[in-house]
Amino acid sequence: MPERAKKNSDLELPPEILDLLKGNDELELEDVDMVVDEIEFLYQAGVMPALQRMVASRAKPTSLLDAPFTLPVQKYPGEIVEVTLGATKSQGGSRGKPIVIGGEKSPSFYTFENPTLNAPVISLDVFDQKVPIPKAVKTNFNDAIQDPVSWAKFAVDKFGAQMITLHLVSIDPLNPKPSTPAEAAKTVEDVLQAVDVPLVVGGCGDPKKDLEVFEKVTAVAEGERLLISTVTLDMDIEKSAKLIKQYGHVALAFSPMDLNQARELNRRLLEYLPKEQIIMDTTTAALGYGLDYAYTIMERARLAGLMGDPELQQPMSSGTTNAWAAREAWQTMDPQWGDKALRGPLWETVTGLTLLLAGVDLFMMLHPAAVKTMRNTIKRLTDKRGAADVAQIANWVSTKI
Amino acid sequence: MSGKETKGGIKQLSPIDVYMLLPKTNCKECGEDNCMAFATKVVNREVSVDQCPSLLTKANQKNYAKLKEMLKPAVKEVTVGVGDSAINVGGKLVMYRHEFTYTNPTAIAIDVTDEMSDEELLSRVKKTQEFTYLYIGNDLKLQMIAVRSTSNDADKFKATVKTVAENTNLPMILCSIDPAIIESGLMAIPKARPLIYAATKDNWKEMAELALMYKCPLVVSAPNDISLLKSMVKTMNEYGLEDLVLDPGTFTSSGLGDTINNFTMIRRAACTMGDELLGYPTIGTPITAWTESTGSPTVKAWNEAYVASMLVTRFADLMIMHGTEGWALLPLTVLRQNIYTDPRKPVAVEAGLRTIGTPDEHSPVLMTSNFALTYYTVAQDIESSGNAAYLIVVDSEGTAIDSGVAGRKLTAETVADAIKESKLEEKVNHRKLIIPGKAARISGEIEELSNWQVLVGPRDSSGIAKFLQDTWK
Ligand code: SF4
Repeated sequence: MPERAKKNSDLELPPEILDLLKGNDELELEDVDMVVDEIEFLYQAGVMPALQRMVASRAKPTSLLDAPFTLPVQKYPGEIVEVTLGATKSQGGSRGKPIVIGGEKSPSFYTFENPTLNAPVISLDVFDQKVPIPKAVKTNFNDAIQDPVSWAKFAVDKFGAQMITLHLVSIDPLNPKPSTPAEAAKTVEDVLQAVDVPLVVGGCGDPKKDLEVFEKVTAVAEGERLLISTVTLDMDIEKSAKLIKQYGHVALAFSPMDLNQARELNRRLLEYLPKEQIIMDTTTAALGYGLDYAYTIMERARLAGLMGDPELQQPMSSGTTNAWAAREAWQTMDPQWGDKALRGPLWETVTGLTLLLAGVDLFMMLHPAAVKTMRNTIKRLTDKRGAADVAQIANWVSTKI
Repeated sequence: MSGKETKGGIKQLSPIDVYMLLPKTNCKECGEDNCMAFATKVVNREVSVDQCPSLLTKANQKNYAKLKEMLKPAVKEVTVGVGDSAINVGGKLVMYRHEFTYTNPTAIAIDVTDEMSDEELLSRVKKTQEFTYLYIGNDLKLQMIAVRSTSNDADKFKATVKTVAENTNLPMILCSIDPAIIESGLMAIPKARPLIYAATKDNWKEMAELALMYKCPLVVSAPNDISLLKSMVKTMNEYGLEDLVLDPGTFTSSGLGDTINNFTMIRRAACTMGDELLGYPTIGTPITAWTESTGSPTVKAWNEAYVASMLVTRFADLMIMHGTEGWALLPLTVLRQNIYTDPRKPVAVEAGLRTIGTPDEHSPVLMTSNFALTYYTVAQDIESSGNAAYLIVVDSEGTAIDSGVAGRKLTAETVADAIKESKLEEKVNHRKLIIPGKAARISGEIEELSNWQVLVGPRDSSGIAKFLQDTWK
């Protein structure tokens, strides 16, 4: 190949143009050079017509070609169990309105397949004693967090909480003066009196003490359909399940990011409890601190349930408040990372939204801004399809912000 | 959704399929012991078939082509920019994260406009270029600059593109629906291979010509209309354009449900139904949150950030954003890093004894989990406290302290075993172990099992310096 032509082939020209040049046998090399030089010139001057004519010699569509799109729907042999939390007076409890979660027939928000039957629900955290709470959260609750009753009332009245999670952390044997099962049960009764939303009652994480407390709590709240949080593999499962069944509550089956353990726990609970009385929690890790793993376990659990695995068809719950374990959520950082009063709740929001898309049905959350964003988003995701207004975003490209 | 349905999917592709098409000479030129070993790595996407030299010879041309076709990702990989700063988007092999590690983390572009003052323009470019956050040994970064024409003045746009190009080598997205404006921008950077945003149902011919002429990847845009999107892709293919990016529109308020549906449908059609016309990378535009008529800038930045986070999870390969606040971008870039890690295991470091500084027999002994992030943070905090120390990294199966304790992966037994294995009893003259505050629950049991005295340290390792100062004399 003559030197000049070789040099020109190094130019970064569109392949179509090079093809065109190559394809023309009659073209002398000298001519090729000329054309290439011309193109370079055209590039600079931005005069297009000559070039367009050249490119146009290949047949091109003059109108849009048809390519029909059919919704990519699939069939799933399984579906998620529906679970009711809270019971009204006529149902044997005293809640204003029960809440139903679960029942999905498709992965979360695949509304092109199936509408969302029951929108995911958010329960606000209340603790029965002082716990380390980020300032960004504290400022929203003022003095209400002094005791669990006023805290719960505040969460319902001020923030419209659909549910309350009462964490009985004061029972922890590690406390200098842990509260007794009877004291804890009294707190549950008081909160039930103060608010009429369905309740989650959480222990301290000590399998023995928790069960002692649940024994009392399930009895005093008979018929209320509390969510008892949590039942774990190292607890006396038979005893826990029987209590929950006898007094008409729901078990929250907690497993440590391990699908086999989640299955095993559900399997064992199912020996004593109907499936409508079990919700599962496969562990929530904070954004940046293992959320990836938590997300994938939940997504896999949900897909497996839909594909027919009877041991993974329980609705899922997430302790989204764990997001605050991430130091980036609460720490004052270099100014470049902005105000932690925003960074923190966004951290919780992103943790929650990610798990929302994995299939979580019930969220236990802390910060009102995160809760509000989640609620708005859930509403939009469960909206009827076709709410998008194309005109609204039509001009974003040229809009001054 | 199951492996069987994954087109070109990882699970149905066995090393044997690949092996059959390799030269089978076991010549080791690829660096593997034999062709079978190489085939296994190819299937795991650890190496490219291009690393087998004899496969690239003429004699093996057919098999090479077959392998390429077989290994083709469900979502095409598209390159934006040129040279070292070029970035790849798309190239997805699977729909769900657990099936295989996602490739090419969602690229984030920050916008500038041709009506910004030079000062604002340059400060946004600089901020984008310099954004970095060190997280588990990775620098989290932003990838691109999107230049928008708000002036609708071709010369202004051209000048702005030029200024941007002079001040950064980040790849660009040129944004306008007016082909004349895009053309003038392209003339400013004729060889930079920016992404053109966007071909629409009204301008597609002109945009296609420009993409052809300047060899640029092109966004095809059809808000909330996948049929139209498909038909435009087909038309562009016919035009000879293969480097396409799909924009189904990003609605950040009402219509968010449609948006999530659209991204999901596109990805499923590509990954599980073999729809090649939708097998292209997707672009999200959370920036549309800023065009809402109400809300303060903070609210808009908030909305943009959380919608962007959902798009990271739900299949966006590229995103254009406006907000540059650290509080918004930090959670987003951390999420992106999380979603794009290897799904099969939590990020863990090796368990065992570490030394910080040069500890002696009086030095404190601390303990942490082997979750990578926890380990790095704790090690760094001890180091910056100025103390020499021993750090026992306990195998918590890669979980953080709190979830490890709750999930019984970090137990008194594992801690006691780790103390024993560390042989620290021969190295220090005390028997005091400082454990994280979040592991307080197991302190008693550790004491029983190990016969060491346990000191419960701070709940967050940032308190270690003070803790050591107060308690370690
Ligand atoms: S270079 Fe190719 S032929 Fe040689 S061992 Fe590797 S895979 Fe086999």
